[in-house]
Amino acid sequence: MSHWHHFRVWRGDADGGELVDYPVEVNEGEVVLDIIHRLQQTEAGDLAVRWNCKAGKCGSCSAEINGRPRLMCMTRMSTFADDEVVTVTPLRTFPVIRDLVTDVEYNYVKAREVPAFAPPAGVAPGEYRMQQVDVERSQEFRKCIECYLCQNTCHAVRDHEENKAAFSGPRYLMRIAELDMHPLDAADRRDLAQEEHGLGYCNITKCCTEVCPEHIKITDNAIIPLKERVVDRKYDPVVWLGNKLFRR
Amino acid sequence: MTDQTDRTVEQHSYDVVVIGAGGAGLRAAIEARLQGKRVAIISKSLFGKAHTVMAEGGCAAAMGNANPNDNWQVHYRDTMRGGKFLNNWRMAELHAKEAPDRVWELETYGALFDRTKDGKISQRNFGGHTYPRLAHVGDRTGLELIRTLQQKIVSLQQDDHKVTGDYQANLRVFHECTITELFTTSSGPGAPEEDRRIAGCFGYFRNDGRFVRFDAPAIVMATGGVGKSYQVTSNSWEYTGDGHALALRAGATLINMEFLQFHPTGMVWPPSVKGILVTESVRGDGGVLRNSEGKRFMFDYIPDVFKEQYATSEEEGDRWYTDPDNNRRPPELLPRDEVARAINSEVKAGRGSPHGGVFLDIASRLKPEEILKRLPSMHHQFKELADVDITKEPMEVGPTCHYVMGGIEVDPDSGMSSVPGLFAAGECSGGMHGSNRLGGNSLSDLLVFGRRCGLGAAEYVDTLGAPPQVASGDVEAAIERALLPFSSATDGGENPFVVQLELQKTMHELVGIIRKADEMEMALKKLEDIAARTRTVSVEGHREFNPGWHLALDLRNMLLVSLCVGKAALERQESRGGHTRDDFPVMDSDWRHVLLVCRGLGEDDVELTRKEQVPMRPELFDLFELDELKKYYTGEELGGHRAGQGETA
Repeated sequence: MSHWHHFRVWRGDADGGELVDYPVEVNEGEVVLDIIHRLQQTEAGDLAVRWNCKAGKCGSCSAEINGRPRLMCMTRMSTFADDEVVTVTPLRTFPVIRDLVTDVEYNYVKAREVPAFAPPAGVAPGEYRMQQVDVERSQEFRKCIECYLCQNTCHAVRDHEENKAAFSGPRYLMRIAELDMHPLDAADRRDLAQEEHGLGYCNITKCCTEVCPEHIKITDNAIIPLKERVVDRKYDPVVWLGNKLFRR
Repeated sequence: MTDQTDRTVEQHSYDVVVIGAGGAGLRAAIEARLQGKRVAIISKSLFGKAHTVMAEGGCAAAMGNANPNDNWQVHYRDTMRGGKFLNNWRMAELHAKEAPDRVWELETYGALFDRTKDGKISQRNFGGHTYPRLAHVGDRTGLELIRTLQQKIVSLQQDDHKVTGDYQANLRVFHECTITELFTTSSGPGAPEEDRRIAGCFGYFRNDGRFVRFDAPAIVMATGGVGKSYQVTSNSWEYTGDGHALALRAGATLINMEFLQFHPTGMVWPPSVKGILVTESVRGDGGVLRNSEGKRFMFDYIPDVFKEQYATSEEEGDRWYTDPDNNRRPPELLPRDEVARAINSEVKAGRGSPHGGVFLDIASRLKPEEILKRLPSMHHQFKELADVDITKEPMEVGPTCHYVMGGIEVDPDSGMSSVPGLFAAGECSGGMHGSNRLGGNSLSDLLVFGRRCGLGAAEYVDTLGAPPQVASGDVEAAIERALLPFSSATDGGENPFVVQLELQKTMHELVGIIRKADEMEMALKKLEDIAARTRTVSVEGHREFNPGWHLALDLRNMLLVSLCVGKAALERQESRGGHTRDDFPVMDSDWRHVLLVCRGLGEDDVELTRKEQVPMRPELFDLFELDELKKYYTGEELGGHRAGQGETA
């Protein structure tokens, strides 16, 4: 069972570009990435797209589909009406390289600035003992496939290029939370979260959680607890307000 | 923007260059850096996206956390059995001995594995492993491994930053960079073979297409596998046999290329996800295979060599999950080659599922909440991609091209190939897994031999005087070859995507899971034709992130490894592990000790020679009972076994 579908794909580079219309064949069970590949194989051999696993595990094929940040490999064509135009554009928060490929270097720079796991002194390899219930908190965050959809969505940087220097984004605040909750990590990361990574910029609108393809509760389980841990050191108006509004 | 004809080449110089940023490459880079070397990591994709993230089940290491009877000897025996005794036994020995240390080390980098009740690393059952042996994190172990190693790289960069003020001073990742040539000294025609050494490599950046060369006395290959040469595969676009082909063209040898692992359980529906992996953990955690008649057919497919180790009734098999000491394991957990062949036979006999696979049922075996906890990403994958809820209904699965046992022939201890300065680790190296790899032995393989290659490369650099020089003529030739698809465009060459489909179809249909001489001969003929077309594929557009151009250059690697697979598969007249011949259906002891070696002949041909396998060291040989060895070895080879010596003493 196949039918024809109307695709609009953004083509261009750093100097600019435009939406290009493509009528394209769609078969049963296909996802948006299949259609992009079909365009490459037929009429647009040089259409740039980043992808790897095609199974939602590597986080490479992030794009905005009808305006929503999604993984192209996990967006089934059956979720669109047959006559619905499907518009695919690159992630808006990062500079475009070409077509659907953006420069995500910002994320690697921020990753480098989070101090690594600090192994506990005097515990030899093989002697690490942790309970399942304790590792599970950090394990939730380690499900992250680094698709950067949360980074792309977060309005603290999406509409504010100037905040990029001071704000690491949900992915890396979550990384700090993950290390902070690691049962054996020896470092104290609270000042760092606030002062170096811009924890205070987050006003818990939960946009990051909404777009996470791994369904990680970034805001509730990582960022809010981190804010609470920091708050006994520093006054954060959002935590103060959050406590007023959301606490039982 | 890089013009099509721009011949500028960015130049870098390092002690050690690691090509590939999966588990093996990152572990090699970590070790080389810890040895004080300046290291570059070259990644075809973005850093952290390597194929290792696709590994689901776990990392095999005889830590004995789940069953105290486990130790390296048991793991060694399982590995040799799984590979049908064709493995490089020294590699299997090092692997079994060192895997636990490599896993424990990951915890010091910050890894968080699932735990046992007493807080140790939990271990799970897998096909061919006697005891629960796989360290795991749910069914996303590969992601944990890659992230942990990635974060260790960052941690080493942070150490360098403290000293030098530059994160990338001594360890730098060049991502979205593809290597297209290796440089050796004396690579000109007629140059003496013995002077050949690694001098550097050449490639391009995907984002803007600019050329780059790395001058380095030591290069570690960690480029993974070749599955993209097949139509149905669990492998991503990167798996085009780059390391295999680069090594061949640099003068190194490949072994065991006839052995390809078809993972028994890939998704079969919908068509767009055909081949995507369904983890063996589903079976390790209790899942069973059924045909269209509802029968657990694996009981009909236990080969003689494994008769003693597997349950003969469903009742015994089911008891094993809770009482493994007094029952034998269910045959769903036979090594992968056996299960893949069995599924293939059931489908051929007309007992398949609606979409040409068989049923994998976990829904009737575990409670929904247990399935969600142990197999979350499988649940997610089927729900999102196939509209199947695996807690309620069975999955449809069938074989998918998953792993190449063959690869670059290396010294087991140092990982160095026959070309001085060229090392290889992980899937692109050959020997460790013999004719068939056990699940879980890949993640441990890449940690053990990744580290050994990093160490080997560092030691090699220390013994070297002045670094070998790259010849400028070689750089010019590399530029010429890389630009060829653009100049072909004016002569009207083919679209590389079309040629790729033809290659995949040829390998899938003619050198697939079950092989026949006449079909393979036809495949080799077709490959000759594809070789000619590969030389003249043409691409449109320019060098900025141009997938057509990238594929045009990858194609020649895919072609070269396909030739290796085809020629070696035609030569080996027996069935063993990942090589099944319809015309030679049984395993033949006279073939066990023979390795098929491939050497490159120019741009797109290979020659095949035979080589004797080195006999196993006596104390390792004695780890097996004579009765078991008799199933694999010829009579003359068994003389050295302790049993034989006991009789004469």
